[in-house]
Amino acid sequence: MTTPGQTIGPFFGQALPYPGGPELVPAGRADAIRLHGVVYDGDGAPIPDALIEIRQADASGQVPREEGSLHRDGWTFTGWGRSETDRTGRYSFTTVLPGPTEEGSAPFFAVVVFARGLLDRLFTRIYLPDHPANASDALLSSLDEPDRATLVASADATGLRFDIRLQGEGETVFLQHDRPA
Amino acid sequence: MTVSTTPRTDAAEETAVPSSDATATTQEEISAEIAEIAAQAAQATPDGQPSGARQPRIDYPPYRSSILRHPTKDPRHVDPETIERVAPCFGHRDVHPLEADLTIGAHAGTNSAVSGEPIGERITVTGRIVDGDGRPVAGQLVEIWQANAAGRYVHKNEQHPAPLDPNFTGVGRCLTDANGDYRFRTIKPGPYPWGNHRNAWRPAHIHFSLFGNAFTQRLVTQMYFPGDPLFALDPIYQAITDQKARDALVATYDHDRTVPDFSMGYRWDIVLTGSGRIWTEPEK
Repeated sequence: MTTPGQTIGPFFGQALPYPGGPELVPAGRADAIRLHGVVYDGDGAPIPDALIEIRQADASGQVPREEGSLHRDGWTFTGWGRSETDRTGRYSFTTVLPGPTEEGSAPFFAVVVFARGLLDRLFTRIYLPDHPANASDALLSSLDEPDRATLVASADATGLRFDIRLQGEGETVFLQHDRPA
Repeated sequence: MTVSTTPRTDAAEETAVPSSDATATTQEEISAEIAEIAAQAAQATPDGQPSGARQPRIDYPPYRSSILRHPTKDPRHVDPETIERVAPCFGHRDVHPLEADLTIGAHAGTNSAVSGEPIGERITVTGRIVDGDGRPVAGQLVEIWQANAAGRYVHKNEQHPAPLDPNFTGVGRCLTDANGDYRFRTIKPGPYPWGNHRNAWRPAHIHFSLFGNAFTQRLVTQMYFPGDPLFALDPIYQAITDQKARDALVATYDHDRTVPDFSMGYRWDIVLTGSGRIWTEPEK
């Protein structure tokens, strides 16, 4: 019997966020980008008590299997980060653009979303804007344009912006990964 | 002695519940909503199986904060790709062994505790974590957080007028061993009031954050204690409509893990979703 999920609740702030959690690379690095956005509820109000985690390949497409995410040394790329949303509902990571993990595949950040009021975690993906491989990506090409747009970040002055809408107009497409038969 | 009965809100930024003040809703009304959803779930589907959900219903109005915070569209089924088949890695650089003992006062990452023992019933919580194929989740990070024995969290939005314990932060971490076993020493948390409705109380619980053998096995959940009288009243626990699935969140008292003259023992095993086997790339 699979263990069911439960909401992260309102009191994770003392336990899960930690210094350096959102900094997959130091902000001063030449290829560092900011990946940020706001998490919204069904009324369009920002959610100040959500937690976002990302998992990603490095710039060359390698999948990191390195420890050290909780005590970053500034040199080891672990490919995992955690950011709580602030009072304005904003999460923010400092990282690098992921490369394609297989030849010709569309790179993306794998994302998991938690929040008070959300009874189980949600998975989604953040694809890169205008990446040539997006057109042949199986998930993106299975979606109609409004849904597809919810999974693609937009470029801004410092990197990428990706808002997450839990409900309502522009609701983010969330994912279910079935067990293989 | 006068005791304040002012209910707290769930968090300082709690959004208003549509059409009413949350505190105007009674436990009886919430319990009736819980019962109605449970009755629907108990009805057999056309293939003869009960439709009870083994995962929580994310659309579960008795838990008021879920109303505006659940997706309305079904999730898209997709095969996990490379980055989703590999869990993040943690190790001894990340976690100090003493972080698994919440009873020792001063704690890594906090400064609110001094060296002294927390008040409460000392307990050991242990168990095994496996993935959907029964493979142990070895060397992986487990994080927990909980209220103290009086039902109070160390948190800026906590408004329950119960005492803080200067020797208890309620936060712990450990790594599983080669068999997927974890072990924490802590104190038993108390139940606490919350702002979902008038006289709402959460059953005592410990929050668990778990990673599996693949990114897609990520889980955050809550462990409960056997025989809690608040189970039937709690809209978060009851959001799982299948009784066996709810039971999977309840630890078992284990006398073999009770330490003579020292602490009570509880066992709670965890099964994560999904297979890691055919997704996992060959180890280097």
